[in-house]
Amino acid sequence: MKMNPLYGLMAEFETTGDLLSAAQHAYSAGYRQIDAFTPFPVEGLAEAIGFHQTYVSLLCLGGGLAGCLGGFLLQYWPNVFGYPLNIGGKPYNSWPSFIPITFELTVLCAGLATVFGMLILNGLPTPYHPVFNAPRFELATNNRFFLCIKARDPMFDAQQTRQFLEGMKAHEVSEIES
Amino acid sequence: MSPEGSENAAVVEAGPPILAPGHTYATITDKIASIVLVQKTKRGWWFGFTVSFALLMVLNLAIVYLLMVGVGIWGINIPIAWGFAIVNFVWWIGIGHAGTLISAFLLLMRQPWRQSINRFAEAMTLFAVASAGMFPMLHMGRPWLFYWLLPYPDTMGTWPQFRSPLVWDVFAVSTYATISLLFWFVGLLPDLATLRDRARRRVAQVIYGFFALGWRGSARHWHRYEMAYLLLAGLATPLVISVHTVVSFDFTIAVVPGWHSTIFPPYFVAGAIYSGFAMVLTLAILLRQFYGLEDFVTLQHLDNMAKILLATGLIVAYGYMMETFMAFYSGVPYDRYMIMNRMTGPYAPVYWTLITCNIAIPLTTLWFAKIRRNVAALFVISLIVQVGMWLERFVIVVTSLHRDFLPSSWGMYRPTNWDWATFAGSLGLFLTLFYLFIRFLPMISIFEMRGLVHEVNAKKG
Repeated sequence: MKMNPLYGLMAEFETTGDLLSAAQHAYSAGYRQIDAFTPFPVEGLAEAIGFHQTYVSLLCLGGGLAGCLGGFLLQYWPNVFGYPLNIGGKPYNSWPSFIPITFELTVLCAGLATVFGMLILNGLPTPYHPVFNAPRFELATNNRFFLCIKARDPMFDAQQTRQFLEGMKAHEVSEIES
Repeated sequence: MSPEGSENAAVVEAGPPILAPGHTYATITDKIASIVLVQKTKRGWWFGFTVSFALLMVLNLAIVYLLMVGVGIWGINIPIAWGFAIVNFVWWIGIGHAGTLISAFLLLMRQPWRQSINRFAEAMTLFAVASAGMFPMLHMGRPWLFYWLLPYPDTMGTWPQFRSPLVWDVFAVSTYATISLLFWFVGLLPDLATLRDRARRRVAQVIYGFFALGWRGSARHWHRYEMAYLLLAGLATPLVISVHTVVSFDFTIAVVPGWHSTIFPPYFVAGAIYSGFAMVLTLAILLRQFYGLEDFVTLQHLDNMAKILLATGLIVAYGYMMETFMAFYSGVPYDRYMIMNRMTGPYAPVYWTLITCNIAIPLTTLWFAKIRRNVAALFVISLIVQVGMWLERFVIVVTSLHRDFLPSSWGMYRPTNWDWATFAGSLGLFLTLFYLFIRFLPMISIFEMRGLVHEVNAKKG
């Protein structure tokens, strides 16, 4: 696979409104390999760049179910099969007393699945990423908003895309090396 | 928005009175990040840190001596086999609950005033749980065998007693510590990225960069992040309730009069939130004073927290009333004696101090907005509530154990110096960790405050 020495074009904006409208324009112009970078979550931005899915909630549910089932079986098996204790003829499957641990393990496994699922789906940790080479990108964690159109987008053309971005209220448009 | 608009000088016009006007994304980032990265460590910080560290060393000494000699160095005996260790455990865990409640529950309730207090409140939770978690291990006769409480495949072919609240505690507190840590760390990620990008020294850049995991603020990442954060909040809220319920089960499962009571779970949870918010108030007042954060932690925040204090204090007061009423209404002579003994017996001064600290003082003063918005008064009241809640745990544990069914078994509990040393030491652990936190990490959530500025501007524009 030939590596394009150019990663993409980065446009810097001063307000969220500018970024949102730019992202919407880019998406409706047909660009798909776009990403936006903001110092805080901006409502509507993910949809504007065409990103809808989130499997995080499914992972949370899966983790919770695993924790619940696992927690209950952890107590059920020893008390019913492994090492049952006959205490005054009381039932071996004393499920009310199994509830606290089952609940805690449900929450624990759901939480672990949510956090690690989110990190893995986001591909974090990524110590290096080409966008960090963009000039003034450290402002993405401060007070500036960035839109990036990647070079591997089928519609990408160095000249035309640059003109397209400059046409929107971008503060600065710059090239990013891979 | 606020009916007392003229008193709160931070309000200018239509913005929420929870953020002083005139702030932009940059000023917020500057203000909070500079405390960590730019400002020289204050002399006050060094002084406080030294005192806390000294107390931590006291803890060290107390624990080493305990492990060498045994729990006889404490004042526990038969019948009072649980003393300071359990009192401190329940007190610290209770304090921790407020942080999670602020982070999780107020997020679900869409209360924007949580943004400026949730970071250090969550940190408080983590450190409180750390201080609490030692005590169940230390109070064992053979602490080096603590791992027997965990369900690991052992050579003896035995299992922990899953029907015991003490084992439930292990799972509950471990889960609580893990989820709190995850919640806190996830919340920190974007701010660690901010610090990474602003750090001037290479060491700081590398360390913050390592923990920031390469966060770059991508919209796709934010989308998943917000979903994860919301889910964690939804998980943490019932967790808070369940953890202190399980802790209360340590008492309710027993048959001792004064313990075997179904009001304990809600009463304990309300008490936990009561003492926790008192601690958050204490810390909030000190931090805003010494670090100049009045713009972010405004009088409205303190007012709101004081209202929560009032509400939970009323629930705790109801719990006391019901305990007393049911003790007489039940007709059981042991329960009646338990309550009369609390009020008139050898520990009566402790009981009445408790009533003064938890009910008489806060629940008569916090009704008035003037007091809720008076920083000095709130500081004093918050300290009084924390002392009162510690005394409450003491009264529950000790007075119920020292005189139960059989008069020939009655005894007295007198804490020894090692009891006090371990308690003071746990305070040292908490404070040391907290001082380190405020020195090296942003004590207010930067990205959430930016979001608040965004909302304020959006409402105005």
